[in-house]
Amino acid sequence: MSEIFGIPVQALMAQLMLGLVNGSFYAVLSLGLAVIFGMLNIINFAHGALYMMGAFLAWMGLEYLGIGYWPTLLLAPLAVGVFGIIVERGMLRWLYKLDHLYGLLLTFGLALVIEGFFTNAYGVSGQPYSIPAQLSGGFNLGFMFLPYYRGWVIVASLVVCFATWFGIEKTRLGAYLRAATENPQLTQAFGINVPMMVMLTYGFGAALAGFAGVLAAPVIQVSPLMGSHLIITVFAVVVIGGMGSILGSILTGLGLGVIEGITNLLYPAASNTVVFVIMAIVLMVRPAGLFGKEK
Amino acid sequence: MSRNAFAYLALLAVGIALPFFVYPVLVMKILCFALFACAFNLLLGYTGLLSFGHAAFFGTAAYVAGYAIKGWGFPTELGLLAGTAASALLGWAVGSLAIRRTGIYFAMVTLALAQMVYFIFLQAPFTGGEDGLQGIPRGTILGLISLSDDLNLYYFVLAIFVFAFWLIYRTIHSPFGHVLTAIRENEPRAISLGYDVAKYKLLAFVLSAGLSGLAGATKMLVFKFATLTDAHWHGSGEVVLMTILGGMGTVLGPVVGSSVIVTLQNELADKVGSLVTVIMGVIFVVCVLAFRRGIVGEVSALYKRMIGAP
Repeated sequence: MSEIFGIPVQALMAQLMLGLVNGSFYAVLSLGLAVIFGMLNIINFAHGALYMMGAFLAWMGLEYLGIGYWPTLLLAPLAVGVFGIIVERGMLRWLYKLDHLYGLLLTFGLALVIEGFFTNAYGVSGQPYSIPAQLSGGFNLGFMFLPYYRGWVIVASLVVCFATWFGIEKTRLGAYLRAATENPQLTQAFGINVPMMVMLTYGFGAALAGFAGVLAAPVIQVSPLMGSHLIITVFAVVVIGGMGSILGSILTGLGLGVIEGITNLLYPAASNTVVFVIMAIVLMVRPAGLFGKEK
Repeated sequence: MSRNAFAYLALLAVGIALPFFVYPVLVMKILCFALFACAFNLLLGYTGLLSFGHAAFFGTAAYVAGYAIKGWGFPTELGLLAGTAASALLGWAVGSLAIRRTGIYFAMVTLALAQMVYFIFLQAPFTGGEDGLQGIPRGTILGLISLSDDLNLYYFVLAIFVFAFWLIYRTIHSPFGHVLTAIRENEPRAISLGYDVAKYKLLAFVLSAGLSGLAGATKMLVFKFATLTDAHWHGSGEVVLMTILGGMGTVLGPVVGSSVIVTLQNELADKVGSLVTVIMGVIFVVCVLAFRRGIVGEVSALYKRMIGAP
């Protein structure tokens, strides 16, 4: 058995793998967007820029300070998270009483600033970041070759996604968070510091984006434009999945990555657009999204 | 004659005299983007819909008009019309999908669909890929007046702008425009009053997309090329910035905003290079945080306060 529907199994598996890797990034990013949206009611346009920042911090850490991949995996998201907290404290805070669209516009402006800053400093061409020594190479599964790093990306993303799900759905802090999402005034009246939760939520969402950026650094070239290309696709993912459920975002992200991979094999010209076509179909059939609830 | 009409006539006189003092191509660029922003404002300022994909309409018309004129040998006027019609049609398709969601989702859907259009242009055989369509002839008006002369073209562009601006002005002040404002202010109320809100939104979207297309096609005529930049999401963001900076929901705001932004970009391009994006971003952030009424909105608020003061 070396062919399925006339497609060599090896090529199919390789594309599925690539799709799962992309899907992991979609999942982590759309999860961050959903968490932020749930609490702050804004769509974080700067999410792509924060993802890019994570990747760049990883590259800069190695280039200037000699910090390796593993410490970076913790430090870069932390730095991006702190940056997010500063943004929330300094800017977003003033917009909560206004139309939610202002949050989108503000973070769009912020994305331009971050992207322009890195473009000015490093140009638009990509910077290479090598795979950590422990994860170079791969194993032969017989029907396909699996690079260790790709497998690591998928596993690490899934672990982080499920940890987030567990934290929000199963812990006491998560319960406060859900309560504050449902009814901020009432939650505050119970003595829970809601503004603090909002601040931490944005910081956490930003850190998730930074984490995805570090994971992506060895897979793709680190470039100032890597975020904006991705974020628009992630927006489509979010529209398809709806932001109602955390597990929904994870599933939609992974699923669309796989569909993109398969499309790349069957009809490469459409691989850039297939997610948007699916979004259009979902909008026609189920406007609230696959896992969304119509408000 | 009312004071308003007098002010508009004075502005028109400025428009007629301007190319003798300022480089005409720059003013034409401003007029094209002013038209683009006015068309966008019809949607954001008067219907309350934030589209983040308007560059798709701007770019589509530029490509279609350019190809019709260069590839099929259409006369200039017909080429512009073809581009405008193509954008209106695309606006109908995008609009009917996007109005199924509201608010933030509306913005994301339009952005995503515009990105799809961008990718199609990137890959389609007739757009010339990364190079775009180059060397599109400007042609003549009615086969009589040559448009290769910058000054002739300027008055042609000014005429297009004045016509489109008048159309938008009439739309805003028509019963249709008042229904749009009602939808912006209170959608459930508009529904309960018996208005078919979806139909009104879609019509506003198509109108806005078509006029954005007219702006894009005219810009193509001025610069003689259509490229991917026209359809890039940066353009969608820029038109939002122009509208907010000038003052959304004001008739003249988008004109002021686009004049400031285009002039600024023109002045800064060779001085600070890629930092232009940073400056645009900072203006965006400042506008949203501290300057939400925009230039025209602030000025008219100040004016009203002075009149109201004893």
